[in-house]
Amino acid sequence: MQVLLPSALYSYTGAARVEAQGDTVDALLRDLDARYPGIRFRMIDEQDRVRRHIRIFVNGEQVYDLERPLNEDDEICIMQALSGG
Amino acid sequence: MAAAKKKKTSRGYRTTNGRSARPQRLAIYVATRKGVWIFRGDAARRAWRVEGPHFLGHTVHHVVLDPRDRRTVVAAGKTGHLGPTMFRSTDAGRTWQEVKQPPAFAKAADGKGRSVDHTFWLTPAHASEPGVWYAGTSPQGLFRSEDGGDTWTPFSIVNDDPQFREWMGSEQDGTPDGPKLHSILVDPRDPKHLYFGMSSGGVHETRDGGRSFTILHKGLKVVEGFDASVPTFHDPHCLRMCPTNPDRIYQQNHTGIYRLDRPGDEWVHIGAGMPKRVGDIGFPMVVHPHDDDTAWVFPMDGTQVWPRTSPEGRPAVYGTRNAGRSWQRLDNGLPERQAWWTVKRQAMTSDTLDPVGLYFGTTSGELWMSRDEGRRWSCIARHLPEIYAVETGTPG
Repeated sequence: MQVLLPSALYSYTGAARVEAQGDTVDALLRDLDARYPGIRFRMIDEQDRVRRHIRIFVNGEQVYDLERPLNEDDEICIMQALSGG
Repeated sequence: MAAAKKKKTSRGYRTTNGRSARPQRLAIYVATRKGVWIFRGDAARRAWRVEGPHFLGHTVHHVVLDPRDRRTVVAAGKTGHLGPTMFRSTDAGRTWQEVKQPPAFAKAADGKGRSVDHTFWLTPAHASEPGVWYAGTSPQGLFRSEDGGDTWTPFSIVNDDPQFREWMGSEQDGTPDGPKLHSILVDPRDPKHLYFGMSSGGVHETRDGGRSFTILHKGLKVVEGFDASVPTFHDPHCLRMCPTNPDRIYQQNHTGIYRLDRPGDEWVHIGAGMPKRVGDIGFPMVVHPHDDDTAWVFPMDGTQVWPRTSPEGRPAVYGTRNAGRSWQRLDNGLPERQAWWTVKRQAMTSDTLDPVGLYFGTTSGELWMSRDEGRRWSCIARHLPEIYAVETGTPG
């Protein structure tokens, strides 16, 4: 499925939209990391918590549970909430 | 290394036996809130060629050239919005790659474990352990790499030991951008003999490679009203070991300047000789690479609400030549007034050349140096981002 990423992660992917697979959000993020090593740790900490300024949306709905199931036609959007200067 | 006497010539240095000695070209590695800059000097340390920014937009707390191979550089960074990472170079900072596995705490079964916000401190390990590095993080954590900084694992009992966790205190006990483990010192005589400091949490020593630790807080003061027997209330800002005498450690602490001479275990307050209107509060501590009686500090205003700027807006380095019994003001070339500088704990250092050069960077983005051990200062760069760390090295 297609994943839309924030510009801060283009250094890993070289693109805003990339392909990744997974039957849960967690599996999708691990697949992203297999394709683009290191990208997951920038979004998810070592306790498997979503980092403070990262937001994950599935079909426009924000998700907090990484075990949230995914379907093949889901649209995934990962956003970075900018603040400060 | 043989201590061959050197004579300065118009083209560099020549040994007294007539053979030419290749002049060492110094590099200054500057970590800032917005990236890394590298200043490469000529043989006389008078002209500097700037490279950078590297990792523009990344907050970089430390960047260090490995003095053992003089090629590997590790930089600890993060952006304001992503998790922490590191970058490493094997050509002294000309090209970089992101590391495979930056420091991360072990995952806790109860889901309440800590996560590394940023890596704050980097120390290349003992000369007999090439490729080994140590890192200190915020919140306080101690990590080790055995592959030149490419992958990192938790080191020793420190990170998860209940007693250490109690001593580390809470976020409220730490510095404004998070409590830190810093000042990782390696005894050049013994790779298993290490020291480190925690802000907050005190000074700790291991002689068995991290299997057991001893706290070293005898003689150190804490803020009035707190119990000096509780490690949480101790705030060492910066520890430095004398390269020519590893039994001597200087410390800039939240409560003043101290010196420790091993095998003794009691710190001696050596800041009493500082002028009363200046005080002995500050963050950095620098020791002379060849003389254990010589050290330098950069005092800051620690009165009332703790402005942490140069006292009276008149910046100065203070140096001692007698292990802290007296201090001399070294401000020739620095602004005489209205310069409200702050210099962070990693933002002042020396080189190892002769005469020794001193360097510091301010939070207002100025990089200054002295080619003569502080007698005269000159500005290398202005208008950089907030400077977090300044390190020197001689790339091979």
